[in-house]
Amino acid sequence: RSTELPEHLKAYKGVWVFIEHDRGHVHPVSWELMGEARKLADKLGVDVSGVLLGGPQDPLEAFAKEAYAYGADHAYLMRDPVLQGYRNEPFTKGMTDLVNRYQPEILLLGATTMGRDLAGSVATTLATGLTADCTELNIDGRALAATRPTFGGSLLCTIMTLAYRPQMATMRPRTAPMPRRDENRSGDIITMELGMIETDIVTKLLDFIPDASRNTVNLAYADIIVTAGKGLKNADNCQLVWDLARVLGAEVGATRAVTQAGWLEAERQVGQTGKTVRPKLYIAAGVSGAIQHRVGMEASDIIVAINTDPNAPIFDFAHHGIVGNAMQVLPMLTQTFRSHLDKRIRKVA
Amino acid sequence: MHIVVCIKQVPDSAQIRVHPVTNTIMRQGVPAIVNPYDLFALEEALRLKDQFGGRVTMLCMGPPQAEDALRKCLSFGATDAILVTDRAFAGADTLATSYALAAAIRKIGQEQAVDLVFTGKQTIDGDTAQVGPGVAKRLGLNLLTYVSRIVEVDLDARRIQVERRAEGGVQLLDTTLPSLITMLEGTNEMRFATMEDMLRAARCTVRKWNKDDAGIEDITKIGLKGSPTIVSKVFGPKPRSEKADMQVVSDSSVNDVCLNLIQKIFTTHSTLEEETVERLSA
Ligand SMILES: Cc1cc2nc3c(=O)[nH]c(=O)nc-3n(C[C@H](O)[C@H](O)[C@H](O)COP(=O)(O)OP(=O)(O)OC[C@H]3O[C@@H](n4cnc5c(N)ncnc54)[C@H](O)[C@@H]3O)c2cc1C
Ligand SMILES: Cc1cc2nc3c(=O)[nH]c(=O)nc-3n(C[C@H](O)[C@H](O)[C@H](O)COP(=O)(O)OP(=O)(O)OC[C@H]3O[C@@H](n4cnc5c(N)ncnc54)[C@H](O)[C@@H]3O)c2cc1C
Repeated sequence: RSTELPEHLKAYKGVWVFIEHDRGHVHPVSWELMGEARKLADKLGVDVSGVLLGGPQDPLEAFAKEAYAYGADHAYLMRDPVLQGYRNEPFTKGMTDLVNRYQPEILLLGATTMGRDLAGSVATTLATGLTADCTELNIDGRALAATRPTFGGSLLCTIMTLAYRPQMATMRPRTAPMPRRDENRSGDIITMELGMIETDIVTKLLDFIPDASRNTVNLAYADIIVTAGKGLKNADNCQLVWDLARVLGAEVGATRAVTQAGWLEAERQVGQTGKTVRPKLYIAAGVSGAIQHRVGMEASDIIVAINTDPNAPIFDFAHHGIVGNAMQVLPMLTQTFRSHLDKRIRKVA
Repeated sequence: MHIVVCIKQVPDSAQIRVHPVTNTIMRQGVPAIVNPYDLFALEEALRLKDQFGGRVTMLCMGPPQAEDALRKCLSFGATDAILVTDRAFAGADTLATSYALAAAIRKIGQEQAVDLVFTGKQTIDGDTAQVGPGVAKRLGLNLLTYVSRIVEVDLDARRIQVERRAEGGVQLLDTTLPSLITMLEGTNEMRFATMEDMLRAARCTVRKWNKDDAGIEDITKIGLKGSPTIVSKVFGPKPRSEKADMQVVSDSSVNDVCLNLIQKIFTTHSTLEEETVERLSA
C-alpha cells in the first residue's frame, strides 16, 4: 500500500481542534487539545484553528475568544438553528464541509461520547485515518505520530496516517495538561454556512435530561482524589475513604474490583475502562496498581499508596508508599490532615 | 423485524500477558471470547425479537475460528450467523473494517430488508468505538451511539426513540428505521441459553462468506490496502525513574508516618496546601 502523500493533499495545512460545547459550556478537553495542537503547529510552522458549530443560543464568539487565549490563531464558525444541541447528521456535514473547504492537515477531537460519535462519522466520510484515545501526540517528519495504549496499557503503539488527509485523532479528557491562558492573544473568525434545514434532518433531539449527580461526581477534574481498592475488604470500610475525602474536600475514586463488587458507583471507576484523572494528589488505599488502573491515574502530580504488600505493583509508580493496613492508616491520616488543615483554616478566618 | 448484530471475537484481555523483555503479546493459551460489550447489543436485539418477532442475524468479520464466537451467540437465541472471512481482510483498520461489514450487511439486506443494526460500544482489543459510526455512515443509517435505553419502537410508523448517553446527561432522540445502535454496557443482563437453543447452535451451520460472497466491490478498500492508518511502532511503557519514598508502618509508628507524609506532600507541592485550605473555607 502507498505511504506517499499524493500531490493534491500536500495543500492541506494547519492544525484544527473541534471545540465541544453543550448548554453554554465548553468541555475542558477542547482546551487540553488546544494546548497539544499549539505544540504540534509550532513544530510544523503552521497555524492552529478552533472549530465551533452551534445554534443561535450558543455564545460561539465568546468561545472563540477563549480559544485564542488557549493558543488558537483562527476560529471557524458555523451557526445554524439545526446545530442547537449535538446531533450526528448536521454536525458531520458541517465538519466535513469545513474540512473540504479549508483543508487542515490535522484534526483533533475529544474522546467523549460527542467527539467519538462525530470523529468516526467524519473520518469515514472523508475516507481518512483516525487514531482513537491517544495519550501522546507528536510530529515525525511532517506527519502526526499518535501514540495510544494497547492491551490495557501494557504496550503502547504509535499510529500514523501517511497518504491521507486530514490526519485525525481523539484524546481522552485529562490526558494532556490544561494549557495556560494568555488573554493578550487574539485571532480572527472565518464563518461558513451549513446549508441544511430542519426538515432535511431525520433524527430529532426531543429532550436532554441532565444527570442528577452532575455536580457531585466530577472525578476527572478533581484536585484531590482518594481511591478505594479491594484491599479495604468490604463496603463498610469504604467509609474510611469518604472520611478522608471530606477532610480534604476531595472526590472518591474506585478500582474496577470495587465498582464490580458494588461498594461504590460505576462512575467513580478510575482506569482504562473508567475515567482518566490527573489530580494534584491521588491517595490509593488497598489498590494493587494493575496496569488498567495505572493508565487512568499515573499523570497525577503526587501519588500516595497504602498497601500491606511491599511488593504491590503500585509502589513501582507511586511517589510515596506506605506499607501498612489501610484500616489503620486511613483514620490516622484523616485525623492528621484534619488537625493540620483546621489550624490553617482558623488562621484564614 | 430483521436485526443484524455485529460481533467481534477478541482475546480475553484479562489473561493477556506481555513478554517483559521482548514486549510481544503472549497469546498462547489465551482464550478467544465474544467481545463482552457486544453481548449487551445481542441481548437488546433478542428482546426486540421477543417483542416483535422476526429474526436476529449475527455478523462477524474474522479468522475461521471466529465461528465459535458466532455459535455462542446462536446459543443465546440468535436466528442465523454469517462469518465474513478471507485473507484479503487481514490487517484492516476501522475504515477498512466498516467498508467490509457495510458490504456484508447490504448483502444480508438483499435476502431480507434490515430494520436495525446493532454493535457494541467498543471492543476490548482495538478499543476505538469507530466501527459503528463507520458502518452507519456507509449504509446511510441513522446513527444512535451510546444508547442506554430503547424507549419505544413503532414498526408501523418506522420510528424508534432512544436515550443516548452524553456528557453530563442523557439525550432523548427520535429517528426513523433503519438505524444503527451502539449499545452501552451495563444496560441489560444477558439471558441464560436454553437447552433447545444450545442444541440448535451446535447443529446450525455458520455461513462463511469470502470477499466475493460479501459483495466487496472495491478490493483496494479492504484489508491492509484499504487502511489509512499505519502502526509505526510498538513499545513498552517507560518505567518511572525515581523509586517511591517508602515508609513501613508499625503499631507505634502510624502517627509519625502520617505526620511525616503530610509534611512531605505539602512541601513538594507548594500550592496544594493553600488551594486545599481555600476550597475548604469556601
Ligand atoms: C479489560 C479490562 C479492563 C479493566 N479496566 C479497569 C479499570 O478501568 N480500572 C481498574 O481499576 N481496573 C480495571 N481492570 C481490573 C484490573 O486488572 C484489576 O483487577 C483491578 O484494578 C484490581 O483492583 P484492586 O487493586 O482494587 O484489587 P486487587 O487487585 O484485589 O488488590 C487489592 C490490593 O489491596 C492490598 N491489600 C489487602 N489488604 C489490605 C489492607 N488491609 N490494607 C492495605 N492494602 C491491602 C493487596 O495487597 C492488593 O495489592 C480491568 C481489567 C480488564 C481485564
Ligand atoms: C491495539 C490496537 C489498536 C488499534 N488502533 C486503531 C486506531 O487507532 N485506528 C484504527 O482505525 N484502527 C485501529 N486498530 C485496528 C482495529 O482494531 C480494527 O480495525 C478492528 O477491525 C476494528 O476496530 P475495533 O476493534 O477498535 O472495534 P470498535 O470500533 O471498538 O468496535 C465497535 C463495535 O463494532 C463491531 N465490530 C468491530 N469489529 C468487528 C468485526 N471484525 N466484525 C464484526 N463486528 C465488529 C462490534 O460490534 C464492536 O463492538 C487497532 C487495533 C489494535 C489491535
